[in-house]
Parts: sequence; structure tokens; C-alpha cells
Amino acid sequence: MRDIDLSAIRARLAKQDGTGQTGPAFWRSLDEVAETPEFAAMLHREFPEGASEFTDPAGRRDFLRLMGASIALAGAAACTRQPTEHIVPYVKAPEDLVPGKPLFFATAMPFAGTAVPVLVESHMGRPTKIEPNPEHPFTHGGTDLFAQASVLELYDPDRSQTVMGKGEIRPWSELSLALTSAGAGQKGAGGGGLRILSGAVTSPTLAAQIQGLLTAMPQAKWIQYEAIGNDNARAGSKLAFGDYLEPVYRLDQADVILSLDADLLDAGAGKLRYARDFATRRQVVPGQTAMNRLYVAESSPSNTGSKSDHRLSLKAREIPALAGAIAAGLGVAGAAGQAPASATAFATEVVKDLQAHRGRALVVAGERQPAAVHALAHAMNAALGSVGTTVVYTQTPQANPGEGFAGLRDLVNEMNAGTVAVLVILGANPVFTAPSDLKFASAMGKVPLSVHLGLHRDETAAHSQWHVPETHYLETWSDARTGDGTVTVCQPLIEPMYECRSAHELVAALSGEIKTPLEIVQGFWKANWDGRSASAGAGGAFGKLTDTTGVDFATFEKFWRRVLHDGFVPGTAFAPKPVALAAGAVAAAPAAAAVSPASSGVVPNSSDTSVGGLEVTFHADPSVYDGRFANNGWLQELPKPFDKVCWDNVAYISPRTAEQLGVGERKPVVYGVEVYLANLTVNGHTLQVPLWIMPGQPDGSIALHLGYGRTHAGRIGNGLGYNANFFRYSSTPWVLQGASLTLLDQIYNVACTQGHFQMENRALIRVGTRTQFEHDPTFAQHMAHVPKPDESMYAPWKYEGHAWGMAIDLNSCNGCNACVVACVAENNIPVVGKLQVMKGREMHWLRIDRYWEGSPDAPSVHFQPVACQQCENAPCEVVCPVGATVHSDEGLNDMVYNRCVGTRYCSHNCPYKVRRFNFLLYADWDTPTLKMQRNPDVTVRSRGVMEKCTYCVQRINTARQQAKIEDRKIKDGEIVTACEAACPTQAIVFGDLNDKNSRVAKAHADPRSYGLLAELNTRPRTTYLAAVRNPNTALTPEPAGPATGGHH
Amino acid sequence: MSQIFNRSANQIARFSLVGGALAVGLVAWLGLLLMRSDFVTGANANVTQPVQFSHAHHVGGLGIDCRYCHTTVDSARFANIPPTKTCMNCHSQIWLTSSYLEPVRESFRTGQSLVWNRVHDLPDFVYFNHSVHVKKGVGCETCHGRIDQMAGIYQASSLQMEWCITCHRAPEQFLRPREAVYQMGYHPAGDQLTIGRDLVKKYDVKSLTSCSTCHR
Amino acid sequence: MSSPNPSPPPTIPVLGPGHNYASITDKISDIVLQFRAPIRWFLGFVVGFTLLQGLLLAIYMLLFKGVGVWGINIPVGWGFDIINFVWWIGIGHAGTLISAILLLFRQQWRTSINRAAEAMTLFAVACALLFPIFHTGRPWLAAYWLLPYPNTMGVWPQFRSPLIWDVFAVSTYGTVSALFWFTGLIPDLATMRDRARTRVGQVIYGALALGWRGSARHWQIYETAYLILAGLSTPLVLSVHTVVSFDFAVSLLPGWHATIFPPYFVAGAIYSGFAMVLTLLIPMRSIYGLQDMITLRHLENMAKIMLVTGLIVFYGYMMEAFFAWYSANEFEKYMIYNRTTGPYWYMYWTLIFCNGFVPQLLWFKRIRLNVGILFLISIIVNIGMWLERYVIIVTSLHRDFLPSSWGMYQGSRYDWSFYLGTMGLFLTLFYLFIRVLPMIAMFEMRMLLPGGGNTPKDSH
Repeated sequence: MRDIDLSAIRARLAKQDGTGQTGPAFWRSLDEVAETPEFAAMLHREFPEGASEFTDPAGRRDFLRLMGASIALAGAAACTRQPTEHIVPYVKAPEDLVPGKPLFFATAMPFAGTAVPVLVESHMGRPTKIEPNPEHPFTHGGTDLFAQASVLELYDPDRSQTVMGKGEIRPWSELSLALTSAGAGQKGAGGGGLRILSGAVTSPTLAAQIQGLLTAMPQAKWIQYEAIGNDNARAGSKLAFGDYLEPVYRLDQADVILSLDADLLDAGAGKLRYARDFATRRQVVPGQTAMNRLYVAESSPSNTGSKSDHRLSLKAREIPALAGAIAAGLGVAGAAGQAPASATAFATEVVKDLQAHRGRALVVAGERQPAAVHALAHAMNAALGSVGTTVVYTQTPQANPGEGFAGLRDLVNEMNAGTVAVLVILGANPVFTAPSDLKFASAMGKVPLSVHLGLHRDETAAHSQWHVPETHYLETWSDARTGDGTVTVCQPLIEPMYECRSAHELVAALSGEIKTPLEIVQGFWKANWDGRSASAGAGGAFGKLTDTTGVDFATFEKFWRRVLHDGFVPGTAFAPKPVALAAGAVAAAPAAAAVSPASSGVVPNSSDTSVGGLEVTFHADPSVYDGRFANNGWLQELPKPFDKVCWDNVAYISPRTAEQLGVGERKPVVYGVEVYLANLTVNGHTLQVPLWIMPGQPDGSIALHLGYGRTHAGRIGNGLGYNANFFRYSSTPWVLQGASLTLLDQIYNVACTQGHFQMENRALIRVGTRTQFEHDPTFAQHMAHVPKPDESMYAPWKYEGHAWGMAIDLNSCNGCNACVVACVAENNIPVVGKLQVMKGREMHWLRIDRYWEGSPDAPSVHFQPVACQQCENAPCEVVCPVGATVHSDEGLNDMVYNRCVGTRYCSHNCPYKVRRFNFLLYADWDTPTLKMQRNPDVTVRSRGVMEKCTYCVQRINTARQQAKIEDRKIKDGEIVTACEAACPTQAIVFGDLNDKNSRVAKAHADPRSYGLLAELNTRPRTTYLAAVRNPNTALTPEPAGPATGGHH
Repeated sequence: MSQIFNRSANQIARFSLVGGALAVGLVAWLGLLLMRSDFVTGANANVTQPVQFSHAHHVGGLGIDCRYCHTTVDSARFANIPPTKTCMNCHSQIWLTSSYLEPVRESFRTGQSLVWNRVHDLPDFVYFNHSVHVKKGVGCETCHGRIDQMAGIYQASSLQMEWCITCHRAPEQFLRPREAVYQMGYHPAGDQLTIGRDLVKKYDVKSLTSCSTCHR
Repeated sequence: MSSPNPSPPPTIPVLGPGHNYASITDKISDIVLQFRAPIRWFLGFVVGFTLLQGLLLAIYMLLFKGVGVWGINIPVGWGFDIINFVWWIGIGHAGTLISAILLLFRQQWRTSINRAAEAMTLFAVACALLFPIFHTGRPWLAAYWLLPYPNTMGVWPQFRSPLIWDVFAVSTYGTVSALFWFTGLIPDLATMRDRARTRVGQVIYGALALGWRGSARHWQIYETAYLILAGLSTPLVLSVHTVVSFDFAVSLLPGWHATIFPPYFVAGAIYSGFAMVLTLLIPMRSIYGLQDMITLRHLENMAKIMLVTGLIVFYGYMMEAFFAWYSANEFEKYMIYNRTTGPYWYMYWTLIFCNGFVPQLLWFKRIRLNVGILFLISIIVNIGMWLERYVIIVTSLHRDFLPSSWGMYQGSRYDWSFYLGTMGLFLTLFYLFIRVLPMIAMFEMRMLLPGGGNTPKDSH
């Protein structure tokens, strides 16, 4: 058996060598994490069941455990002496560093043309956790899952570590020399042969650097490209206003919102702010039930769609027509269009509703829609008088805005023509992400000098002569803009772990300067902080900067300290620009509508196992985005919001399309979920994709997610899923027509953490309409019979001190998953790998349950975050034979890892199934860099131990101790759990129930508040606030019966 | 047919009934003793250190306050082991040539930290916080013993859980006024229990015995 | 006052004709004392011993890797481990019942089978005990943290947990059964001592016989002690499996949380126990030609008890379904719906077939007296009782309250090697037992003879 195992691993390692992965061989622990389908399949062939243990962390470590075990069995467990530990004090102690106390630093995570402002927790110089920056003027707190996971990216053992030239390790000096000389050489030719390719850059400093370079070399070009960018939006703004503008929405002002295929709550530069504003407009209390209303027409289920009051699933190609129809209805001059048959009622009602709320209505178009639709949206907003109230237009935060795909196409043409002498790629990975028709890889072969800067030695690195390890944003100085333009100066939390360089250094080297990032960034701000210099380049002259109170900064030192402390440069947000619709903007719209053929139904082919005439839409993967996070174990193991699949991407088809194909309902089996494979064919290209029946997916439309099928991602991300870029065309990067599916008689096992989607008429998620709420605010509490506390034989325990509790507002949660990753990061939760997840052994303490409601064709979807409910009558406690889970005097359901012997009885008796068990040794005890990420305040659990959420008890204890030292009480909001902090919508509230003024006490008193499965008399400390929808009665007649989610 | 056993066999049999029971009891009793023995707990065992630093001299002799070196004991979880700089504050003036201090001077010269051996080593799943205990009137001496009389530091208590919870269950037996926390050889002025009870009220001491108080 | 034949005709006698003191003693003791065992003994022993090696391997892998080598997961955290535990404990019950209760009821047909049954009890309990220890995540701690003793942590086990009750119930059960069995052996050990042909044999048997000389005083003390022990073990027959059933009944899981569990578990235990006795004795009596001593009368009586207990168990299944409907509790209703039609429906219906319908055959005397069919039925019942535990544990766990966390379960090959391995352990022990100890109580058999010490007792 070992032979097979080893040979498999050898094979995989050989593949690693092919990709030139460097770094110590951690494969014993990582190989299992990097469980690929073929590998799993091979194991299954060899070992029909119980296959996993042959790839689990094995060998020496376990052997030692076993020895330890035998000693213990000899009866010495309580007495085993620990090996001597050493204490290594400083020679000269740094100031304001107290051993054992974390420090927090403000910075921002640059991400795809925007930035997420964050505070980073640092333990003795190790950044361990990303927290939101609540002071930030744009986001006001909240982070997304990518920011939460970025700390693992920093410690990824597969990060590129050395400068490579033609596949060999080279010193940085050699490359910088090459760059400088190349730069000098190009200067002569005016930079005719110099091309810089980067992702969307918002950094004023970098922009200024590159602009400086371009002014020196007028012929040189700078191309910005994002695989998942906002080209269409930008083109649309140009179409409408004659210039590239960024619409900034004011959702807190909007009463009626129409989204045309836009996922504005969970995608794009403003998502954190928009999600927050949207949630604030959904808060209802008796007597005050003013709510906004959201209409969504979309080509595939999105988080925004899940919050909509009316959701219409249309093929992407049908939406322009709908937009045209609505615009015409709103009297937009020149607009025309015939809404698809299924959407006429929707269109007319939307028009009425929008017109009824002139000035407080908003129309948003999504990136998947052509520029014309965006122009239409702008025109509609203008027609509705919303410009200035619900939407303002500013300059785009991206320096050098352009239309990336077009720019990339031109670049490739130049490369093929051989006119590109020097190609510098800053942090992008075009070889993987570029549309397949560009054949970027082969074009790179024609470039004499190509330099790639990247975190990993990815596909692009493999095709360029030089590769430079990029500094992670936690390792270097830089700056970046959030959606509204506010600048954050990014400061390093840790010295670069490897021989890394930042884009700033590379560009500086090109222009012959050798400078550190600090010199570059600080230099830029020295020149710009008080408006003395207007030569700030594309970063924009900031004019005279004052602090938030409008007071001038005395010195640059004060400015610098303040900016670094606050995490943003006050007064750098863009001012709204006055806009005027360009003539002919809308004239183009009907054309756009016209290009979309009036919905041509599915064309059944001759054989009954294949259908044609399908539409293909491309989407960012909810977990790994465009593939840049493919090697991030936390994100790979994160169940995606709608399919709850991890470690894979699947192709969504609607239930009807599935019927036409003859695909049966997928069935949960012992190893994950079995789905059918099918051949997807577009324009003669064919790819095997696993089919996933997705309720709410438009009929005859297939949704593919980008970011998988990586070959050079690293030991985790390689070979997972299929590569959807295979089908992408730079001309039509978002939507394809004329695809056909052929069902294969092959089963593929997918790791899915929720195999069952119906609520079985149990009142788990409770939803009502606004009218129901007005009629009876407590409707949610009548859906199940909850025993009174005095029905118990025992007198209830009096909680004299604190009584911790939590409330989760289902009205706000949009299932964005940020809380789940935050929980993983905070609590040292291990990654277990695909095979273990398929066996039902995922370790997440906090999961987001997702249920469908209504017909599978037009369902509404509900999200419900579920962690330990900290029951006051906790069923788990009475059955533990060793008292490893017991109640604290503050009502916490303590879990004592070091006492647990692992009978698993507690898990059986937990009706919420939130307890997780270390069936094998899941925590990585080997990889040094991963150890650096661990939270020192939380035990790293070993094998055979049960674990679960404890309301971040480490944070509670820290706060209590601090309060005691300062002789005061703990203030409300002083303790913020990891999930609560991460949540962009403030759906989660934690606090002391004994403090009647605390936010959580108020939430528990809310009429919408109900306890999950409280009918079992568990008396959970976490309660949920029922969701309230605000449907347009003209579209959906009020449900006669009680609100959905079961009944009394 | 000859007898297989001689007469004594009966006595042996009878005795073995009683003796067996006794033997089992004895072994169990020895086991319990062993679990609490210094051999297992590591108490009262000398620990060799890179520098022969004598608390007896510095604390007992010179009367230096604990907090001069252990600066964060009243503000953080960890009672800070002093940086070399702290030693050099004095020893750049006195005992300049002492060979005992060579490692210290070398560390200061080279910037290489001294590597001390940990004396009080709690299991990794125990989260202990010095500052709170100091705040609530638990004397250094209560756990660490007469530091001022120790030439070389050794662990004075078993540090076993039952030892911790004797105090956590009834703190009044051990508390002392805050001003006496850092005092060595403290004797309560009067009955400890009455004083202790007053202090419990005065300092609002909760006897925290929830598992999550120390284990997470 | 005394009747030569205690059991009135026409019932089959409990002892074949033509036997006298010597013939009985020879017949039984020779099985042990003969120099070489019959080839069929060797075959059986080798099978058991081989399976035992599988158990050892599985235990090694378990300690080396963790319980993850089994098929368990969240939500189904108990699988073969607890199924087998309950199954083995149940099997043990017949021994205690036969030796204790039937003794108190003066059921003399017990005499020829009680020793083997008691041995079976001991070995079954030994097999069962493996699982509570090895099913835990950290057996090296569970082995003694479950016991109350003054430890250095100053904490005690949690006595509210049924698992702790298990520890006491099962260990008491094991101890008392062992004592009872040994006490019953003493007179025969003395016989063996006297008949042993080698010095070693004489010493060993002699030491174990504790100096038994068969004096009147010895007999009087012996009878008293035996009766007291019988009185002690009688409640155990009921208590042990009642406590085991608490493991489930005390929880709030639909399918576990049921008040009928204690009686229904006890009945099931006796049911499976007698099935196992038959499975063992039917081959045994043919191997050693003991048809005279383990007569059809014994087999038939055991078949009758199986019929009764089988009916009780079947009633239990009916009641579960009834309460699910009658309680109008949506979770209970779904539980039964899921058992009968869910992914594990075939388990449930096989169980109903094995434990519900097959035992009905025992209504017919012709079948009760047909050794072959009886053997077959006993096997089926054993399977059925194993399936019952599978259905109770797996189908209740895999779909409980929140549909979001429903899952599936399947035993891994380590689960199987554990299960078969314990059978190996059981067989090994049992074959060794019949090789070194008289598998039938010789002195009690002698009492069955006309004028045997037993006759006066039987008359009242």
C-alpha cells in the first residue's frame, strides 16, 4: 500500500518540479490538502473505502504521538514532563511592544482596482489576523473574505522565494542591472519597445512613477488589465458622458433599486459600503417599516439576487432588451426594446415603481452587460433625476483607465509583430487569465526581454525570462485607493520573508533608480502632502491636505504619523463631477438590445443526451476570484455561497435544462456528491465540465466560474477544477452563444458541505413580508412552540455577572462568507482537504446554511450563518463523560480541548451539528510559515479532540482582564467576535444580555427575534432576526398563509 | 495417589485472598503519590542558567523591586524577562570585570540574546495572566515562594491544576493587600481568612472556576 | 416424594438414556483430557485466530492514525464501534439469564448448557469492552479519565453522562459474571485435578480448585455462595442493557429519545444471546457427540425463549412507528419515514425480516426440533440484531434536525476488520475454553441421574 502511495506522491512531486515549485518539500502534509480529483479517484480505485488515511499527514509525527500514547497508557499521562523551554529576551527592548500583547496597524489590501482598508493584528512582529478599519470614511468597517484570507497568502509556503532568470536562481542585482540597461536602451528609442502590463493600479505613487517613466519615454505604453475588471462599465460611462467616469452609488438614499445583472452587494469596488448601506435600509421595527425595494434581473444566482424582493432570471443576452424596454417606459429619449415574454409584467411594474420614486430610485448595470446597457442605466438614472442623490459620478480610482481586453489585444498583436522589446508584467498573470484567443503564452515567446513580478511562480512566470518574487502587501510600503478614491498608505507589518521586490522598486529600477519602497512612497507624499507640488502625475494633485477636523498638518512628520495611524489620507476622496448625457449615448442602446436575438429557446439535438443553442456566462469564482487565490487553502475549502461546493468549480445549469439533458437529481453519497460530467462545446472547442443543477439559473444558460484549472498555482491549487478561460474571447469575454452540452456517462464526486437544500417544512429560516410584519411584528415567534423556562424541573441558573449572547439578522446577511474565513483565521481552524470534506469531516466552526424556497425555476434563496448557539440547556454538556464541555458562569458553553477524550457523544446530542471533530491529525504541525500565522491565544487542537465555536472566548477573556486591570466594567461593543468584525452588513451582534442597553439585548428584544430549534428547549444564546421582504404586491399577491419557514 | 499440595497450601491460599487486595491498594496509593511527587511536577529542582544570577543577592540583599526587571508583570500576561540592557544599567558601572557577567556583556556587545531556561512552565493549553493576579492581590511569593532566599530560581509549587483551583475556589485563603503583593516574607496582620474575605470584597475578586478561564 | 424422571413424559428428557456417573464424567472430562483435539476443533480455532490478527492490525492502525480510519464523520460520529459494542453486550445476556434466573427457577434443563453460556457471556463482554475504549479519539486518556479517582486535576468524571453509567454497568457485569462462572467451575476443577494425567495439569487445576474435597461442608457453602451470586446477577440481566439503552434514550435525537428503549433493548439482548448460544452449541454437540447431554429439549426451550423475546422486540419496532405518528412530532415522523424509505431503507426492511418474520417459524414444533433450521434461524437472528443497532444508530444520526447538516455513513475496511476481529477474539477464547475446561458442568449433570443430588430439590 505504501508503494502505491509513494509512487503517486512521487508522480505529483515530479509535476511540481515541472512547475519549478521551490521551497522545502512539505508534501507529506500538503499533498492531502492539494487532493486532486485524479488523485482521489486513483485512491478510490486502490482503496474502495477508507482511502484517505493513506494521504493524511503520516509517518514520524504520528509515530511519536503513538509512542506518547503508549507512555500515557502506561499510566504516566498526567505526569509526562515537558521538554525544557527557553526564554530569549531582547537585548534592547523595542518601545511600545509588550510581550504577549498584540499590536494593530492600519493599512489596506490592494485588490483588483480597489482596496480594502484593514487593521492588522500583529503578535510579536507576526501579522496573524486581518480586522476591518471602522474609522475609514468609505467602508466604515467590514472586510471581505479575500482580505481575511490574505494573511494566509502571506505565509503560503509555495510563494516564490528567489529571483529566477531563465529558470535559474539569480541575484536581484543582476536583474536590476538588466532592467536599468534595458530602460536606458529604450530611452534612446523613446521607449518604443517598452511595454508595462499591470493589473488595475490605484496606487498614486506607482501611477506617478510609471507616468514619470512614460513622460521620459513617450513611445512606451502602460497596459492595465483585469480578467474580471469593469471595462464595460467604463466604456458605458464613456458612451454616456464622453469620459471614463466611476459611478458611486448612495444606496442609503435609494428607495427602489433595479439591478441589471449587477452583483453590487458582493462584487466591485464599492461592495463593502453598498452592502452596509443596503442593510441599513432593510432595518424594520414596529411602527417604522420604511424599506427599500430591490428588483434584480440576472443571468445567474448572485448574493445580490438573494436579497432581492423580486428576482427575474434571464439569459444575459435577454437583459439588454429588458433594459431597453424599461428605459423606453421611463421615457428615455431614443430608448427602445421589447422585454422578453417572461419579463413583461416585471418590466411594467418596475417602470411604475421607479417612476413613483423619482430622485430616490436607482438603476445599476452589471459588468456582464455590454456598454450600451450601462449607458442606458446612466440615462435612466438621469431621467429619474437620481444623479446627485442616489448616484454620483467621480473620476475612476484606477490610474490610467482603459479598456483592458482591447488594450491586451493590441499588446499581443505588437508582441507577435515583434515590436515589443521589453515587457514588464507587474503582478498580473495574463498567461492564465487572458482569453484563450489571444494565445498570450506563445506571444511572450517573441519578446526579447520579459520580466514577471508575482507572488507565485505562476503560469506567466514559467513563460518569462525573468521572474521576481513580489512582496505581499503586508511586507511593503505602498498606497492604494478605495472605491470613492480615498487613499490609504499601506505600511509593512513584517520584513519581506523572501528575496521579494515591490512594483515600486521594479519601476524605479527601470528608470535607473535604486530606492527602497519607503523612500519611494514617502518621497511621493513629501512632494504632495501640502499641495506644494502639482506634479503628482496620474495620482492627481491632492491640493492642500488637512486632517479630518480640517486643521492643517504642522509638519510632514505629523501628517505621516496621522495618516499611518488612521489608515487613510483625509480629503483624498474624489469630488463628484457634474455630468451631461452625450448625444447618441442612448441611440446605441437599441442596437445593443437588437444584437441579442429575441430569446431563442433551447434547441434539442438529434440525440436526447445533448442540447444546443445554449448561452455561456462567465463569473468570478466566489472563493478564488480569477484564480489569484487558487493556492489559498482557506478559500479552497470555503463552501461557495450557492452550491456549497469547495475545492472545485462546477457548471450551473437550470433544472429544466437538466431535464432536457436527462440529468437526474444529484445524490449525496458517502464520498461527497455525485454529479454528471458533460462535454461543453463552443465554436468547436470542447471541455469536460461537471454539471450542477442550480435553481434560479436561467433555462438554456450555463454559468462557468473562472479561476480554476491552474497548472502553476502551487501545491494546493494545481489541477483543481476546469479552466473556463479556455472558452473566453477577448471580444466577448462575458457571454457566449451557441454552446452545446453532451451528457457523458461519467460520474464525478464533488466535495459539497450541504447535500440537502429543502427545509422540510421546519421553521429554520423564518421569512415574512413587510405587510405580514406590519400586521404582526412577532410573526416569526409563532412558527414553533417554544417551552417556557418554568416548564423545566430545575430552577433556572441566575447569571449575576455577564451573560454573553449573539443576534444574527437574517435580513442583513447576504451570504458573502467573510465571517467564515474570519473565524478560520482567528481560531486556528485547520484545512482538511477535498477527500476529508467529501467524507463529511470539514472543520468550519461557523457555516452558512442555504435553503431554497419556492419553485426550482424561480426560487428565493435564504442564508443562515450557524455556529454554536451556546444553549443555556446545552444537550452536549450532560452527555460528556469527562466534563470536557461545560457551562461557564457567563453562559458560555465552554469546550475544553485538553480534557476531551473524543467520544463524539456531544456532537450527536447537538441538534445544530456545529461541533467539529479531529478525526485525524488535521492541524499542520510541520510547515514553519504556517505556524507563524497561528493565533497564540487559541490552542492548536490535536487529533481525537472535539472543537467548536466559543464566541471567541479568547477575546472575551482578554477584554475582561483588561477591564479588571483598569478597574472598570466591560463596555458594550468592546468585545467584537471575529465573525462580527468581518461582517460588512453588521448582521452579527455580540454582547452582554444582562446589560439592557447593549445592542444584543435590544436585538433579542426585537419582535423578529427567534431561537433556532428553540422548540427543543435548548434555549440558545444566539437568536436570529427573521427576514422581512418588501415585495411589490402588484407582482406577487400576498401569501394567504403565515410567513414561510414552517408553522406552529 | 500422592498429594499435589502440602498442608501449607491452604494458608497460602487464604493469605493471598487478603494479600492480593492489599497489594492492589498499595500500588494505587503509590501511584497517587508519584503523580504528585516533585519528580513528576519538577518542583524544587535546580535549573541551570547561562548566567549564575542570584535572586537572593539582588532581591534579598539589594532589595531591588520585582518590577524593576519584570516590567510587564502588572500590565500583561507575561511577566517580561528583562532585556540585557536592564542588566547593563547597573553592570556598566559595577562589577565590570566579574567573570560571572561575561555572558551578559557579550550579549550586549554582540546583540545576541541570552538564552534562559524556563523554570515555571505551564502546559501550552493553559492561559495564565500575571497582571490580573497581581491586581487582585495575589503575592509573587504565594506562587513563586521566597524568591529573596533563592540563589538559583527553582519552581516552588507543583503548578498542577488541583493546586491552581485550591486558590480559584477559595481565594480568601491566599490574598494579601495590593501594597504587599511584591513583598517577600509577608505575614498577615491578623487572621488571614478575615483579611482575605475583606480583600475579596474590596478588590471585587471573583472565584473564576469556569474552564474557559484558563483553557481555550 | 422423589420422582425418578424429573421431567414428565412425553417431553424429551434433558439427559439421554443409559448414562451413569462414570459415563458422564468420562464423556465430558475426556474432551479436555484427551491428548489430541479433533481436527474440526483445529479448523475452528485457526479461523478464529486468523480473524484475531485482523483485529490487532486494525487496533494498530487506529492508534497510529486516529479514529478517522473508520467511516465515521459528522453527523454520524458513531458507526460500527457502538453497533458492535451493543451487539456483543447483548449477546452476553443469555449466559447470565441461563445461569442465574433459570437456576432460581429451578429449570434443570439449564444444567448442560449453563457453563458454555456463561463462558460465552464473559468472552462477549470482553469483545464489547474493546469498543468503548477504542472508539474514543484519545483512548490512552479515555482508558482512565472515565474512572473516578483523586487525580491531580482536581476534577471528577461527569456522572450525569450515560457513558459513565456504562462504565460501571459493564464492569460490574463483567466482574459478577466472572465470579459466578468460576464458582460454578470449582467442583469440576477438582474433578479435573483428580483425573489430570500430567503433573502440570494437576497443579494448575488443583490451584484453581482451591482445595475442594467435596465434603458436605464444602457443598453446603458452595450451594449458598452460588445462590447468592445467582441473586446478584439476576438484576444485572435487566440492568446492564437498560443502562446501555440509556446511551441512546437519554439523548434528544429522534430515534434515540424513546422511553421504550430499556425493555426493548433487554428483550433484544436475551433474544440475540440465545441465538448465539444456539449458534455455538449446535455445532459443538455434533463435534463432540454430546447429543445426549445437549438434547433437543434444550434446543427447543431456547427456541421458545427466542420466540417470546423476538415478539417483544418486534413489538418495540411497531411502537417506535406508532409513537412517531401518535406524537405528531415532525422530527419523529420524519425519522420513521427516513428509516423506511430513506437511503438505508434496505437495512430497515432486512431487519424487520430477520427479527420480525423469521422468528415466527418457531411457532412450529417441527421447526423447533429441526436442528439444521434452528441453526439457520439463529444465524439470521444474530444478523438481524446487528442490523437493528445499525438502523438505530446510523439512520437516527445521519438525518436529524437541520437538513443542512445531513450526511451519509459507510463502514470502512477498518470498521469491518474490527468487527470480524472481535469475532475472532471471541472464537479463539471459546475454542481455548472448551479445550482446557469442561464445557458442561459434570457434577450438575450427575445430579440429573436417578437418585442424583438434585432429585429431591426438583420435586418442589
